[in-house]
Amino acid sequence: MRRFTASPGAQKRAEIMKDYSPAELDTLALHAGGKPDPATGARATPIYQTASYCFPDSDYAAALFNMERPGHVYSRLSNPTTAVLEERIAALEGGVGAIATASGQAALQLAIMTIMDAGAHIVASSALYGGSHNLLAYTLPRFGITTTFIDPRDEDAVRAAIRPETRLIFGETVGNPGLDVLNIPRISAIAHENGIPLLVDSTFTTPYLIKPFELGADLVMHSATKFLSGHGIVIGGLLVDGGRFDWDASGKFPQLSEPYKGFHNLVFTEEFGPAAFISRARKEGLRDFGACQSPTSAFYIMQGMETLGVRMEKHISNTRAVVEFLNGHDAVAGVAHPDLESHPDHVLAQELFPKGTSAVFTFEIKGGREAGISFVNALNLFSHLANVGDAKSLVIHPASTTHFRMDEAALAAAGIGEGTIRLSVGLEDPKDLIADLKAGLRAAEKTAGGAGK
Amino acid sequence: MKLTINNEQVYLYTNNKEIDPSKPSVMFIHGAGFDHSVWTLFARHFSRHNWNVLAIDLPGHGRSSGATLTSIEAMSEWVVDILNHFKLEQVALVGHSMGSLITLETASKIKARASKVVLIGSIAPMPVSEPILDATANKPGAAHAMLTSFGFSKQNLMGGNPNPGMWMVSDSMRRYEDEIQAALDLDMRACNAYRNGLEAAAEITAPSLMIHGDADRLTPLRATKTLQSTLNEARISVVPGAGHSLMVEDPNHVLDQLKEHLL
Repeated sequence: MRRFTASPGAQKRAEIMKDYSPAELDTLALHAGGKPDPATGARATPIYQTASYCFPDSDYAAALFNMERPGHVYSRLSNPTTAVLEERIAALEGGVGAIATASGQAALQLAIMTIMDAGAHIVASSALYGGSHNLLAYTLPRFGITTTFIDPRDEDAVRAAIRPETRLIFGETVGNPGLDVLNIPRISAIAHENGIPLLVDSTFTTPYLIKPFELGADLVMHSATKFLSGHGIVIGGLLVDGGRFDWDASGKFPQLSEPYKGFHNLVFTEEFGPAAFISRARKEGLRDFGACQSPTSAFYIMQGMETLGVRMEKHISNTRAVVEFLNGHDAVAGVAHPDLESHPDHVLAQELFPKGTSAVFTFEIKGGREAGISFVNALNLFSHLANVGDAKSLVIHPASTTHFRMDEAALAAAGIGEGTIRLSVGLEDPKDLIADLKAGLRAAEKTAGGAGK
Repeated sequence: MKLTINNEQVYLYTNNKEIDPSKPSVMFIHGAGFDHSVWTLFARHFSRHNWNVLAIDLPGHGRSSGATLTSIEAMSEWVVDILNHFKLEQVALVGHSMGSLITLETASKIKARASKVVLIGSIAPMPVSEPILDATANKPGAAHAMLTSFGFSKQNLMGGNPNPGMWMVSDSMRRYEDEIQAALDLDMRACNAYRNGLEAAAEITAPSLMIHGDADRLTPLRATKTLQSTLNEARISVVPGAGHSLMVEDPNHVLDQLKEHLL
């Protein structure tokens, strides 16, 4: 045990809540981890496009390999450019450290593989990104890791789904695409009562809208392709360790609390204290599975992250204008956004997301599938594609694309209907966005009218 | 390694090795509110070079049980108990912050048994301000934030961790949160109350090395002069741009200096 006298994590969190940070988000987004380049004085973080690094002498080399010195050996394990991005997201989230991965999916896989063996079990929200659902429902069972999907609003169902072999609870800060708000304080309390951590995917929300570690989450993952970058030009993921979960006290994670043969019987909790998880994820997961992020990708992601605060503010204000326009429009059957009182998580969202919930949301178009297709086809500014969180506004029809592998029941559980349209509201002038949506809705009304409604 | 001394469980990190009195030995003594794991990199290095490494958890810290000791003198007596337990005739002592005061006190007591002395982020006396003492006693969250904030140079508070991907600010916060609240408070009071530092320093015969950040905001560099001039044969290595948390802020500098002084 790290603490000889265990102090209950929940109590500790209640006491701390607002974590210490040396600066506010806008400042950290520009500066955290990014000193002027020590070699050249370059103010921008340079792209260190190199696979490997020279050792000054053989003892220094041995020291790097044996974790006696910090430094870089091979860019699969760490890279000076990627390290700045990792430190920056850890700073923004208030975590002890982070790892940049090849994609958001790689971040999820790295989190799971670091703390789970065959036979382990996950309890996951049913409102997940389709890619995450595929990994948990179809791929991981091939490796002996199974998942029970639950409605995260149903706390009894969460408790009932936890088994002796459960090692993780996983959900999205706001579910894709219905924006079910994950009650992080309540769900993390259930997780901790059972000695297991809570991993949340904060891709939609970013640290601008929510700081999951301050609410009780233990691990945070992102697809950095989305709002963190904002430009839609790069694929990348991030995994952040909050450093508060007590792996020793849990007793369920020998990967971290028992000797690891893959590194001379190193016990990660003994040698790395609060950084046990992220240290093993790097020393094992990056080393062996190898889904590292390229330094050029990290550079692109950082270019976006520098403006995270100003972009998110505009994403949210534009979304409010669009939601207001759609809500109550004759061609719209309903809008699912927590800003609206009609959303089942409206009250919880006000509490957990004081700055706003999400610039991605869905609405139901009247006239079903055909009207939906007409709507999407009639749009000009909104790009029809499979992504979210771009500075440009995006639209998609989930039932036929991102969620097409899910059967009807799973679709319904995820809050998706035949006529559901998902928007990702970008940074254009809201007047132009609304004009574009008006044209789309006119086309949809025509189709629905032609079909006799 | 776990052992029982005076009916209490004692933990020390030895890199999974038994202590062999025929080998050279180095003991690492952590600062207030911390534990052995601040020394992991350095202990691993000396272990690979065939030294006994003893990175202790003081009573009531990390994995050692027992009541937190309330004075530097009592902590030093406890350290001597550990050295006696392993029958170590010669040992290099490396201490950080509060651990450096324990190092001074211990080296003066064990005299020739101390082969070398290393004081990291050390001044003597080591007064602790009233606002910090008030916070450690009454407002632990605020105390952790103050000690973290002042524990790094202003430049390093914004990161640039030589350990890739690690954010030292939150790591420091978690380490303070992990400790028993009373331990941090008692440690701070022990530092503040210790008056014997310069007398102890004057009695030390072992060659001493001080390592100090030029941007240290808890124990300012200018305050090291008295201690350095009191010590016999003391060299100081100044770490540019670094604050008080040298093992995190510039571990390569610290290791290079330890190697030069001890190996």
